[in-house]
Amino acid sequence: MRPISYSRVADVGTAIGTVSADPESAFLAGGTTQVDLMRIYVEQPRRLVDINDLPLTRVEELPDGGLRLGGLARMSDVAEEPAVVRRYPMVAEALLMGASPQLRNMATVAGNLMQRVRCSYFRDVAAGCNKRAPGTGCSALDGINRGHAVLGTSECCIATHPSDVAVALVALDAVVQTEGPAGRRSIPIDDFFLLPGQTPEREHPLTHGELVTGIDLPPLPVAATSRYVKIRDRESYEFALAAVAVAMSVAGGRITEIRLALGGVATKPWRARAAERVLDGAPADTDSFTRAAEAELASAVPHGMNAFKIELTRRTMVRALAEMAQREGTA
Amino acid sequence: MKSYQAIRTAPAPDSAVVRGPGEVAVRLRVNGETRTMSVEPRVSLLDALRDRLELTGTKKGCNQGACGACTVWVDRRRVLACLTLAISCENREVATIEGLAEGDTLHPMQQAFLDADAFQCGYCTPGQLMSAVALLAEGHAGDDAEIREWMSGNICRCAAYPHIRAAIRRVRDEQGGSGAAD
Ligand SMILES: Cc1cc2nc3c(=O)[nH]c(=O)nc-3n(C[C@H](O)[C@H](O)[C@H](O)COP(=O)(O)OP(=O)(O)OC[C@H]3O[C@@H](n4cnc5c(N)ncnc54)[C@H](O)[C@@H]3O)c2cc1C
Ligand code: SF4
Ligand code: FES
Ligand code: FES
Repeated sequence: MRPISYSRVADVGTAIGTVSADPESAFLAGGTTQVDLMRIYVEQPRRLVDINDLPLTRVEELPDGGLRLGGLARMSDVAEEPAVVRRYPMVAEALLMGASPQLRNMATVAGNLMQRVRCSYFRDVAAGCNKRAPGTGCSALDGINRGHAVLGTSECCIATHPSDVAVALVALDAVVQTEGPAGRRSIPIDDFFLLPGQTPEREHPLTHGELVTGIDLPPLPVAATSRYVKIRDRESYEFALAAVAVAMSVAGGRITEIRLALGGVATKPWRARAAERVLDGAPADTDSFTRAAEAELASAVPHGMNAFKIELTRRTMVRALAEMAQREGTA
Repeated sequence: MKSYQAIRTAPAPDSAVVRGPGEVAVRLRVNGETRTMSVEPRVSLLDALRDRLELTGTKKGCNQGACGACTVWVDRRRVLACLTLAISCENREVATIEGLAEGDTLHPMQQAFLDADAFQCGYCTPGQLMSAVALLAEGHAGDDAEIREWMSGNICRCAAYPHIRAAIRRVRDEQGGSGAAD
């Protein structure tokens, strides 16, 4: 790791002012991405601004009936928050299926959205990687790409977005609250994650020094019947090969409301809108679920070793939807 | 994407105190004692404990958050010392494996690990112990499936897992069976 200087700040204004004034600085939250990437020279800031003392750690009720997750709320705390567990179970489940108990005690929800990809070439400074070093090519295209994306890829980058909770947040149309040198803004979460396109180095629309202060969950009754299904190489402490966040309402055998997003298979947390269109109003049966999965995956592009993910995702979608429908039907 | 709104709190200019990049005096509370050392801000809590404070019980496995060998407690929560900067632990309580026993009396979890033969090479054991004691305090040791999931952040390459779970079950049952904080 390169030498760094360190500042610990106690208020939002100083945090933003300090980082935005120094192009070679970065925020330090839980450090589980930041320290890791600095140690392997993938990120090389000269100064860290520790934001752990900022008063942004709580989960609060919003006037409209939604919930605000403080940007610095720890994954472990949010996952056990009764209002989250009761009203947005898939958010709690996605958090608990991520990383490990120790990492979740450290990691913040804002940091989770900001985590970088796990592509092994991105993490190897000797390898060509358009995301880490624009213009150096993508080593994963013809390389070890078993974990890479089949949706949202470009010829520049095929890395999977690694977050679990972001998948649930995308399904819910959460809103990212930020504050930066230019003021505050509210960013719909689907706009917060950028497709790689020709500029894989740009992953989000934040400016340098712009702080994620919170994540708002809208009031959504359907979210109370939701779940997160995660398939991985081992049972725990592993990133997703395929994951599904689903919230569903069923009445009289038909789907009356559906929210669906995919993880582990796309370059951004993937809202499955094509599948939602098929499911909306359709009978809650295997035939609809299969057609929905196939509609979503029609645009999937395999890259050698990750071709299995298309079938895996289809099956995971059908299973998640069927289990959800069964639970809803018998509820 | 919505545009910027008028700001309520103007960002303060860069007014934060800068420490480093050279060595700075860092004062830590470790196992109830105050320890002062001179370290660069980039030094991890793991390296500070092992190399500066000679508390070598905490182990370095992967140094990238993937194994749990470096598990310690900061403010009573289990965390990974390899991804924590020492300087960020000022004003926080750090607890390591060296602080687990009461003098010469082993912590019940340490004794249970011995009795249940819950290790082979022992490299992962300090981390397993710090996690296991935290696990009971968190109340996540209800049944074997729960223990397995909530101990999954500690890898054991010798695969002593069944014996580790047996040791945890024993301490849980001695403490009243629930695994909930008490
Ligand atoms: C071994 C391992 C396994 C993991 N497994 C999973 C998994 O299964 N699922 C999953 O979802 N994640 C997983 N993770 C990723 C982990 O969840 C993230 O590293 C973590 O959430 C990042 O949060 P942090 O608070 O530690 O962020 P930091 O590391 O402190 O920061 C990350 C980045 O975000 C910036 N940042 C931090 N806070 C803010 C803010 N408030 N506003 C603006 N910028 C900010 C930092 O400058 C930095 O660039 C794993 C990580 C490891 C090491
Ligand atoms: S997939 Fe993306 S992150 Fe991985 S090597 Fe290619 S450009 Fe880099
Ligand atoms: S050494 Fe810290 S997790 Fe492996
Ligand atoms: S006892 Fe050898 S790694 Fe666990």
